[in-house]
Amino acid sequence: MMNNPRALYQEVILDHNKKPRNFGVLENANRHAEGHNPVCGDHITLHVKIDGGHISGISFEGQSCAICKASASMMTGQVKGKTVVEAETLIQEFREMATGKLDVNAQPHHLGRLTVFAGVSELPSRVKCAILPWHTLHAAFKDMGSTSTEKDF
Amino acid sequence: MNVRAKNQPQLSSTPNHANATSAFSASNIERIRADFPILQRSIHGKPLVYLDNAASSQMPQQVIDRLAHYQTHEHANIHRGVHTLSQNATTEYENARLKVMNFIGAKESREIIFTHGTTEGINLVMHGYGRRFIGEGDEIIISAMEHHSNIVPWQMLCEEKKARLRIIPMNDAGELLLDEYAKLFNKNTKFVALTHVSNALGTINPVREMIATAHQYGAPVLLDGAQAAPHMAVNVQDLDCDFYVFSSHKMCGPTGVGILYGKAALLEKMQPYQGGGDMILNVTFERTTYNDIPHKFEAGTPAIAAGIGLGAAIDYITAIGLENIAAHEQALLEYASEAARSIPGLKIIGTAQHKAAVLSFILDDIHPHDIGTLLDQEGIAVRAGHHCAQPVMQRFGIPATARASFAFYNTFEEVDALIAGIHTVKKVFA
Repeated sequence: MMNNPRALYQEVILDHNKKPRNFGVLENANRHAEGHNPVCGDHITLHVKIDGGHISGISFEGQSCAICKASASMMTGQVKGKTVVEAETLIQEFREMATGKLDVNAQPHHLGRLTVFAGVSELPSRVKCAILPWHTLHAAFKDMGSTSTEKDF
Repeated sequence: MNVRAKNQPQLSSTPNHANATSAFSASNIERIRADFPILQRSIHGKPLVYLDNAASSQMPQQVIDRLAHYQTHEHANIHRGVHTLSQNATTEYENARLKVMNFIGAKESREIIFTHGTTEGINLVMHGYGRRFIGEGDEIIISAMEHHSNIVPWQMLCEEKKARLRIIPMNDAGELLLDEYAKLFNKNTKFVALTHVSNALGTINPVREMIATAHQYGAPVLLDGAQAAPHMAVNVQDLDCDFYVFSSHKMCGPTGVGILYGKAALLEKMQPYQGGGDMILNVTFERTTYNDIPHKFEAGTPAIAAGIGLGAAIDYITAIGLENIAAHEQALLEYASEAARSIPGLKIIGTAQHKAAVLSFILDDIHPHDIGTLLDQEGIAVRAGHHCAQPVMQRFGIPATARASFAFYNTFEEVDALIAGIHTVKKVFA
């Protein structure tokens, strides 16, 4: 369990913040959603291509802090190729981990490498930064168009 | 009274010129810091470096003691009881009003209205003055650097009355363009709402001159003094502002209380903001006669302890001296700005010639929230975000800034800690 925010930063930032994966516009995407955190100004757009219940493509763009960008980058890598149902499970588990409700060391989950974000639960003011991409992915699935960290699922 | 005697900070208010860079000597600043128990705290194992004073300042023991004394010995409701405690509480609360009057140089104590804070003061004027005297086709002028609390109420009024909001633009340094300001006036201009000092940029606006311009067109002016009152001597009669609003908690007082100053003639013309107890003279089911100012605008039981605490905070600040406070904070700002400019990739947002001790900055492409979180790990408290001034961020094309804001109890060593912290942030992101 990572509970040192400095360690969280080093793990996540050094890689995904500098070289975000799946960053940019996705041709042929059939779902789009915008996520906005009015508290800090994080703003991301997700482009998702869903084929027969599978996420065949996903990308993101926007302007955000390192925690949000790294979370979005890793999320796109993790959900690509999965079904929407599987991704919804990850959304739920990620939220629970980030808010401290899921102890990734003691309870079963499917988060894999995403557990590097467990430490964010120690930073209440930054939890929403980590969750925003997942929130936005949920909005894309529901075809909600846009969402905000100030809205509940 | 012993509380009053204790209520003085333990230092000489004479500037010590032995230290050319500050109004305070090293021993003075140590004695001031000893008055603030919270400054002894450590955060994440590091000494607290509190540089978020523009958001809220810390409270000296003298104010804490005054609050405790009130709650321990003096509490009762005010303005209604005939018993001793109620009369004493009323006297203490009204004494606080007199202290505020003297603090900002108002002519009469009935021009001082207790509110919950700056935001409520602005909303009170919007309802009491705006809704009565501003109508369709009228224009309200605000500036490009207002806090949301001095934008949104006027937008709400404009929407309701079909009035128009006009914006004074600013330059890249964060200074208002006075020529453009003068051009905004016309026969429809009915009100000007302007910040005295910008919370996001630190700019000190030339409000005296701007008020004179507005008065040529017969437009009353409200000044948002939340960031000015704690840091510089303010005299509302000298400024000739029509309304002045500020908050207790940014000037070493408790949260939950603020001040609206208004010229008596204007306050008398205004409609009440909230109905209830204390704001009436006589109530029947047919008709209510409102109380005189200031009570007309003070419905319900106020934050009595907080109001008395604000009085104690004014005593404390006054004993140190606002000239000394301003001089020390200016020295901190100059020292911090120079050090910040030497950090590669750091850009100061807000470089007005006349600035209060606010250092807003961006650093490479590191998001300010990441800067804030990492500085916090070093024990350094700064604000990161849009500072409730999103239009300012839009003007500079940035989502947010990190902001260090200084108070008279901050030291040059704390500026050094901030600069070292910024270097640490750069290292993490290198």
